[in-house]
Amino acid sequence: MDNLQAIMPMLIVTLAAAATMLAESFRLKDERMPLGGLGLIGLVGAAAASILLWNRNTTSFGVVQSDNFALFINFVLVAVGILTILLSSQVIDREELPAGEYYSLVLFSIAGMMLMAAATDLLLIFLALEVMSLAVYVLTGIRRTDAAGTEAAFKYFLLGAFSSAFFLYGVAFTYAIVHSTRLEAVALAVAGRSDVSGPLTWLAVGLLLVGFAFKVSAVPFHMWTPDAYEGAPTVVTGFMSTGVKAAAFAAFVRVFLSSFEPLRGEWVTVLSWIAVATMVVGTVVGVAQSNVKRMLAYSSIAHAGYLLVGIIAGNASGKSAILFYLLAYALTNVGAFGVTALLATRERPRGDLADFAGLWHSRPVMAALMTIFLLSLGGFPPTAGFVAKWYVFGAAVQEQLYGLAIIGVLTSVVSVFYYLRIVVLMYMTDSRAEYEPPRLTATGLATLGVAAATVFYLGVLPARVIELATRSIDTIF
Amino acid sequence: MTTVLRLIPLFPFVGFLVNVFLGRRLSKRVSGGIACLAMLASFLVGAISTWTLVQRPSDARVVDDTVFLWIASGDFQIPLTFRLDPLAALMVLVVTGVGFLIHLYSVSYMHEETDGEYARYFSYLNLFASFMLVLVLGANFLVMFVGWEGVGLCSYLLIGFWFKKRSAADAGKKAFVVNRIGDFAFIVGMLLAFREFGTLDFREIAFEAARLSPEVTFGLISLMTLLFFIGATGKSAQIPLYVWLPDAMEGPTPVSALIHAATMVTAGVYMIGRNAALFSLAPITMDVVAVIGTATALMAGTIGLVQNDIKRVLAYSTVSQLGYMFLAMGVGAFAGGIFHLYTHAFFKALLFLGSGAVIHALHGEQDIRNMGGLRRDLPITYWTFVIGALAIAGVPGLSGFFSKDEILYRTFAGGHTLLWTVGAITSLLTATYMFRLVFLTFHGERPESAGSTAHHGGSDHGHGGGHGPAHLHDAPPTMAVPLVLLAIGSVVAGYVGVPHALGGANRIEGFLEPSFHPVAVHAPAEAGVGGGHGETAAHGEESPDADAHGGASVELTLMGVSSLIALTGIGLASVFFLRRRELAQATAARLPAVYRTLLNKYYVDEVYDATVVHPIQRTSERVLWKTVDAGMIDGIVNGAGAFVRGSAALLRLSQTGSVRVYAASIFIGVLLVVGYYLVR
Repeated sequence: MDNLQAIMPMLIVTLAAAATMLAESFRLKDERMPLGGLGLIGLVGAAAASILLWNRNTTSFGVVQSDNFALFINFVLVAVGILTILLSSQVIDREELPAGEYYSLVLFSIAGMMLMAAATDLLLIFLALEVMSLAVYVLTGIRRTDAAGTEAAFKYFLLGAFSSAFFLYGVAFTYAIVHSTRLEAVALAVAGRSDVSGPLTWLAVGLLLVGFAFKVSAVPFHMWTPDAYEGAPTVVTGFMSTGVKAAAFAAFVRVFLSSFEPLRGEWVTVLSWIAVATMVVGTVVGVAQSNVKRMLAYSSIAHAGYLLVGIIAGNASGKSAILFYLLAYALTNVGAFGVTALLATRERPRGDLADFAGLWHSRPVMAALMTIFLLSLGGFPPTAGFVAKWYVFGAAVQEQLYGLAIIGVLTSVVSVFYYLRIVVLMYMTDSRAEYEPPRLTATGLATLGVAAATVFYLGVLPARVIELATRSIDTIF
Repeated sequence: MTTVLRLIPLFPFVGFLVNVFLGRRLSKRVSGGIACLAMLASFLVGAISTWTLVQRPSDARVVDDTVFLWIASGDFQIPLTFRLDPLAALMVLVVTGVGFLIHLYSVSYMHEETDGEYARYFSYLNLFASFMLVLVLGANFLVMFVGWEGVGLCSYLLIGFWFKKRSAADAGKKAFVVNRIGDFAFIVGMLLAFREFGTLDFREIAFEAARLSPEVTFGLISLMTLLFFIGATGKSAQIPLYVWLPDAMEGPTPVSALIHAATMVTAGVYMIGRNAALFSLAPITMDVVAVIGTATALMAGTIGLVQNDIKRVLAYSTVSQLGYMFLAMGVGAFAGGIFHLYTHAFFKALLFLGSGAVIHALHGEQDIRNMGGLRRDLPITYWTFVIGALAIAGVPGLSGFFSKDEILYRTFAGGHTLLWTVGAITSLLTATYMFRLVFLTFHGERPESAGSTAHHGGSDHGHGGGHGPAHLHDAPPTMAVPLVLLAIGSVVAGYVGVPHALGGANRIEGFLEPSFHPVAVHAPAEAGVGGGHGETAAHGEESPDADAHGGASVELTLMGVSSLIALTGIGLASVFFLRRRELAQATAARLPAVYRTLLNKYYVDEVYDATVVHPIQRTSERVLWKTVDAGMIDGIVNGAGAFVRGSAALLRLSQTGSVRVYAASIFIGVLLVVGYYLVR
C-alpha cells in the first residue's frame, strides 16, 4: 500500500471522475444530480492527500514522485479545477452540455496533469500528457452542435497528435543515447559522459523541446492556440489555458532543469529565441484582436514567454518564480475567462470585445472583477501578476540576461494596451441598449470573488506562498 | 507615531471604497462629503506627523512605518514601508492640503453630474490621492512604483471621465500610451538598481551611493539614472514625452488642477529628489536632465504664448514650469527644485481652479477669444487669478519669485550661463503668456458673438457695447474658499525659503537637505534647521561660497534682473493684449510661419503620428496580425469559406488547408530547432 501513496492525489481525482461518469449513466432523464459536487469532493480529497504528502517525498513504482514540487502544482491544479467546476454549472445549463461527460473529462484531464507533474520517466510523462490532452480535445469540442467548436477541437487534436509524435521521437532518441527513459538515469548519463554531445543528443533535446513548446503554446508552435481557445466553451478555455500550461511547465522544468541541466549550453540559445518570439508575437498580435477570447489566447502565449524566461534563468529564484507565476496566472486567467463565460448568453456566446461596452454601468460587480483580473494579467501592482513578473524578470537580471528581461518588460508594458482596452470599454463607453448581460449568480460571484481576493492576496502578501514555492523547488534540484 | 503613517494613504482609500461600492445609493452631499473628509483626515494626520517630525533633531528626522514584509525570498527582501522624512512630509502636506481644497472645489464644480457619476468622480479622485500618497511615502522603489502606476491609472480614468466626448477618451488613451514608455524605462531602471545595490530602499541606496565616486564616463549608474529620468519625463511631461499633458485637459478642471498641475506630474521631480544621492553620481545624466528641462521650459513657454484655450495655456505653462524644476534638479539644486514644486502647487492649482470658475460661469466656454471683461462679473475669480498670475510670473514678494529665483541663481552660480539665459527668457515668456490670459479673459469686453466660435483673437476690439450675457455668477462658496485659500498660499508659501541674500534663512533648504543626502543616524548632524548655514550644495565642485559676501551681491543682481524680466513680461502683455491688441494681430500676421508653428505646437503631434503611431498600428494590424494570424487563419478560412459558400465538403477542405498551415509552422519550427543544432 505504501507504494500507492505518491499517486494518491491523482487516484482520488480519477475515482471522482469515474464516479461522475457512473452517476451520469444511472441518471434518469431530467433528473438533476449534483455531479459537479462529486468532482469538488474529489478535488478537495486530492488537496488533502497532497497536504498529507507534503515534505514526505514519496515514490510510487519508481516513476511517480510526489515531491513538494509536484504537490505545489497539485495545489494549483486543484484550485483551477474547483474554480472551473463552480463556474461550469451555469454554462452547462445554458448551453445544454452533457454534464456527466463534462465533469468527468475535466477530472480525467486533471488527473493527467497531476501525473505529468509528478512523473519521473519520459514515457510516463508522455502517457500523462496524452491522458490530459485527449480529455481536453474532447472538452474543446463538447458543444457538438457548434461548428466552430468542433472545428477547433479537430484542429487542436490533429496538431496535438503531430506534436506528440515529435515528443515521442525525442523520448526515443533519448533512450537510444542513455538506454533508459528514467529521468535520474538520463541525468546521470548526461552528467557523467563527455561524448553525449552528438547529433543524436541534439535531436533528442530539440524534439523534446518542441513537444513541450507545443503544449505551452510557445512560438512558432502556438498556431492552434487562438483557434482552440476561441472555439472551446469559454469556461473550458479558462481551464485549459491554465491547467494544461501548469502541467506542461511542471514537466518542462523537471526534464530540462534537472535531467538536461548539464546540457544547458545545448538548449538555452534555442529556448531564448523561442522565448523572445513568444513574448513578442503574443503581445503584438494580441493588440490587434477584437475578440476577448482570442485576445486572452495571445495573452496566454505571451505569458508562456515570460515563464520560459524563468526556465532560461534557471536559478533558484527563477524556478520558484515559475511556480509562483503559474499559481498567479492560473487564478487570474480562470477569473478573466470566468467573467467572459458568465457574461455570454445563448445568443452571444463568442465574447466579442463589444460585449464589454458599458459593463460598469449595467453590471458593476462583474466589471470590477474583470478589471482586477485584467490588471493582474497586465502586471499592475499590487496584484499577483505584478509580483510574478517582478520575480521572473528579477531572476533573469540576476543571471545577467538583460536582453530577455528588457524584452519581457517591454512586451508586458505593451500588453497592457489590450487589457486596458477592455477596461476602457467597460468604464468609458455607454452600454448598448439591446444587450442586457446576464446577472451574476451567487455561486459565480463567490467563485470569482474568491479568485479576485486571492489575486490581491498574492499581490500584497506573497511572502508565504513564495516561501512555499522556494521550498518546493528544493526537493527536486 | 510609527504606525500612523499608513493612515495617511488609508483614509482616501476608504473614501474610495465607500464611494465605489455605495456611491450609487448615496446623495451627492454624502459622497462628496465623505471624499472631502477623507482628504481632511489624511491632511490632519500628515500635519501632526510632520509636526512631531520637526520636533526631532535634523539628523533623526526619519520615521518608518513597516506594514509588513511584502516580497521576500532568501536575501531578497522588500518590505511595504512608508517613510516620513522632510521631503516626504512636504509632499504629503502639498498633496493632502491642496488636494483637500480641490476636493472641496469639486463639490460644486461637478454638481451637474448624476449621483452615480458624481460618486464615480469622487471615488477616482480619492483613489488617486491614496496612490499619490503611497508614491510619496514609499520607502523603496517598489512601493513608489505601486503609487506611480496607480496615479497613472487614475489619471487615465479621470481624463476620460467625460468619455462621451470622443476627444476625452482619445486624450486618456494618449496619456496612457505615452506613460507606458516611461514606465518601461522605470522598471528596467529598478531591475538594474536592484541588481547593482541588492536593495530598493531609497536610504540604503543613498548609503551605497555615498561610497561611490561620481562616474566620469557613461557607466551603469548613468544608465540607471537615465532610465529613471525617462520614466520621469513620461510622468512629468518633459521632452519627448510631454505630448499627453495638454490633451489631458479634456478631463474635468479640478482634475487638471490636482493631477495635471499640482501633484501627479511633479512625481518625476520628486523621484529625482528622492534619489538625489544617486543622481549626483551621474554627472552625464544630470546634464541631460538640466538640458531637457530647460528645453522643455522654453518650448512649452513659446507654445503657451499663442494658444487660445484657457486650460491649454495653463497646461503648457505647467509643462514649462516642470521644465524649471528639472533644470534645478539637473544643476544639483535639489532643494530649489522641490521648493518650486511646492510653490507651483499653490499657484498652478489656483490658476486652474480659477479657469474652472470662468468655464463654469460661461457654461463650458474655454476659448479666451470668446471671453473678456469678466473681472466685473467674477471679482473673486479675477483677483485670485491675478494673484496666481503674479506669483507664477515671479513678481517679487510672491511665492513664485523666491523659488524661481533660487533655481535661476543656482543655475548661474553653477556656471551654466546658457541654461540661465534660456531660463530667464522662459521667465519672460511666462509673465507674458500669463498676463495675456489675464487681459484677454478678464479685461476688455466680451465679444457680442461669444458662443459662436468662428472668429479670431482680438476681433472683439472696439465692440464697446457688448457686455455678454446679462449676469454671470461668480464662484459659489465651496469654490471661492479654495480659491482664496490658495491665493493666500500663493503669496505666503514662498516665505519658508527667503534666500540668505535677502536676510532670510532659506529654511526649506536646510529642512530638506537631510533627505537628499541622508547620513547614517550615528553620523553628526550637518545641517541645522533655521541655522545660518543651510547651504550644502549637492555638487561638490560647484559648492559656491554663495552665502559669503561675494555671492550675495551676484544673487541680488540676478534677483533684480529676474524681477525686471517679470515686470517686462507683464508690460509686454499689457501692450499687446490690453492696450493695443491690433499689435498682436499684426505681429502674428507678419510672422505667419512662426505663428502657425507655435499654434500647431511645433507639429510634434503630427510628427509622432507619422513616425511612431501609424507605423506601429500598421505593423500590428496589417503585417503581424493579418499575416501571422488572420492571413493564415481567418483569411484562408473566411476567403475559402466565401468562395465555396454552401458546400460543406469543400469547406472542410479549406479547414484542412489551414491546419496544414499550422502544421507547416510547427514543422518549420522543428527544422529551425534541429537545424540550429546541426549547423552551428
